[in-house]
Amino acid sequence: MRTLLRLLSTTFKRIRRNPYNASGAVAVMFLTFFVGGSFILISLASNKILSYYESKPQVIAFLKDGTTQEQIDSIKTDLEKTDKIESIEFVSKEQALEIYKERNQSRPELTEFVTADILPASLEVSTRALEDQTEIAKLVAAQPQVEDVAFLQEVVENLTKWTKTIRYVGISVITFLILTSIFVTLVVIGLNISLHKEEIEIMKLVGATERYIRTPFLFEGAFYGLLSALISTLAAYAAVVWLSPFVNRYLGEFSIVPVNPVVFVYLLGAEALVGIFVGSFGSYVATRKYLKV
Amino acid sequence: MITFDEVSKQYNLTSALSDINLEIEDGEFVFLIGPSGAGKSTLLKLLIREELPTAGRILVGERDIASIPESQVPHLRRTIGTIFQDFKLLPQRTVFENVAFPLEIIGLPDEEIQRTTMETLKLVSLDERAEHFPWQLSGGEAQRTAIARSMVQRPDILLADEPTGNLDPQSAWEVMQILAKLNKLGATILMATHNFDITNSLPHRMLEIREGKIAKDTKVKKETKEVKGAKK
Repeated sequence: MRTLLRLLSTTFKRIRRNPYNASGAVAVMFLTFFVGGSFILISLASNKILSYYESKPQVIAFLKDGTTQEQIDSIKTDLEKTDKIESIEFVSKEQALEIYKERNQSRPELTEFVTADILPASLEVSTRALEDQTEIAKLVAAQPQVEDVAFLQEVVENLTKWTKTIRYVGISVITFLILTSIFVTLVVIGLNISLHKEEIEIMKLVGATERYIRTPFLFEGAFYGLLSALISTLAAYAAVVWLSPFVNRYLGEFSIVPVNPVVFVYLLGAEALVGIFVGSFGSYVATRKYLKV
Repeated sequence: MITFDEVSKQYNLTSALSDINLEIEDGEFVFLIGPSGAGKSTLLKLLIREELPTAGRILVGERDIASIPESQVPHLRRTIGTIFQDFKLLPQRTVFENVAFPLEIIGLPDEEIQRTTMETLKLVSLDERAEHFPWQLSGGEAQRTAIARSMVQRPDILLADEPTGNLDPQSAWEVMQILAKLNKLGATILMATHNFDITNSLPHRMLEIREGKIAKDTKVKKETKEVKGAKK
């Protein structure tokens, strides 16, 4: 424990004496974690948008006027047989009018002359998986009492495509940045090793073990990672707070913001672990390469 | 006891030492003399395993230091103090911190480090300078700091490679007095030097090395040593 504290003290003294090296390493790692964190937050947001759509009826079957309860039950039975249905809800003409009025309450000119008669009754169908909606829509459309079918195929397909793209681009960019961080740490620690060449030589002469000489450099790399993770999480939090009004204005119905603060705690935890690993790994490679003990 | 048994050291095709047979008793003060490149520093480097012999055995006590595992080398170096012409002090540490450094490495408690370091600094008359940095010291004081650092773990053997090479005669004399004192306290001392005035100033055994071989081994009786040392 005593030795550990002495090694930590050596680490921080070295960092203080070479602030530019430390800043360079932290800046590159900050970029890695900020971009990485942003991709994670965007991924979470797109998942939230997808769940929003999943929670809504994806297929709406507008029924012909005069459809009887038996016919409606028969359609329900046919759909439930597929085993892909989460729920089916019947919306009467009167309920449709209420929904219409509620959605357009700020624009009375649109609701003034609308009555329940001109709105069709409908069946709102939610599928268990979004990809089943096309099949269910076709099945619904084939029913004789169904006049028209609306479903969210294009929106959901696009959204799924975008989510996947974000994920792939994110993984590629993060991988590239992590590798860059490892190389930068390697160079910075390598430089520090050459700056402390004399000190290392003296340490060897007075009987310091390899571990005693190597450990402060590993701590140094790990500290860069930890500090970068902390700063980037704070920056991500600040960015989310700053962007919240804009996000709410344009994507308010999806309830993306406010982001649960627990998300940032997890983000910090994950980034700290990756940071410590990346920093110590870069340092470890540097000590293997440049530190001849 | 230090024993060199048929020790040779070659760098590529150049022979630095060849067939060295040597025994040094505990508590001896040995000067290694000879021209530059004769092999004096190589002999000292072999003793702290900074170099490995090409052939032969080097025994320190019972241990063959050429065959100890790499992980044991730091432990070997803790039992052999070393001082150099260029002092090799850490410029950003105070005199106290430089001397305390070997004790920190072995993980001693702060109180023990404080006590042992101050005791050692008193031995070299530097306790008043404990908070000074190396650049605030004279050459003699810097070398005495280096001696204190080499002795702080109370090693049985002290190796000195041209320790007076950068010093004025007065400082060199002070350093020699300290080395003589440490020798009287029981330390075995091997000192490489060019300075014949120095070698004449103390009772000693003198090994002359030329072209990698021991050219002359002059032993001086202990009694004579003490008389000569006392006169100076």
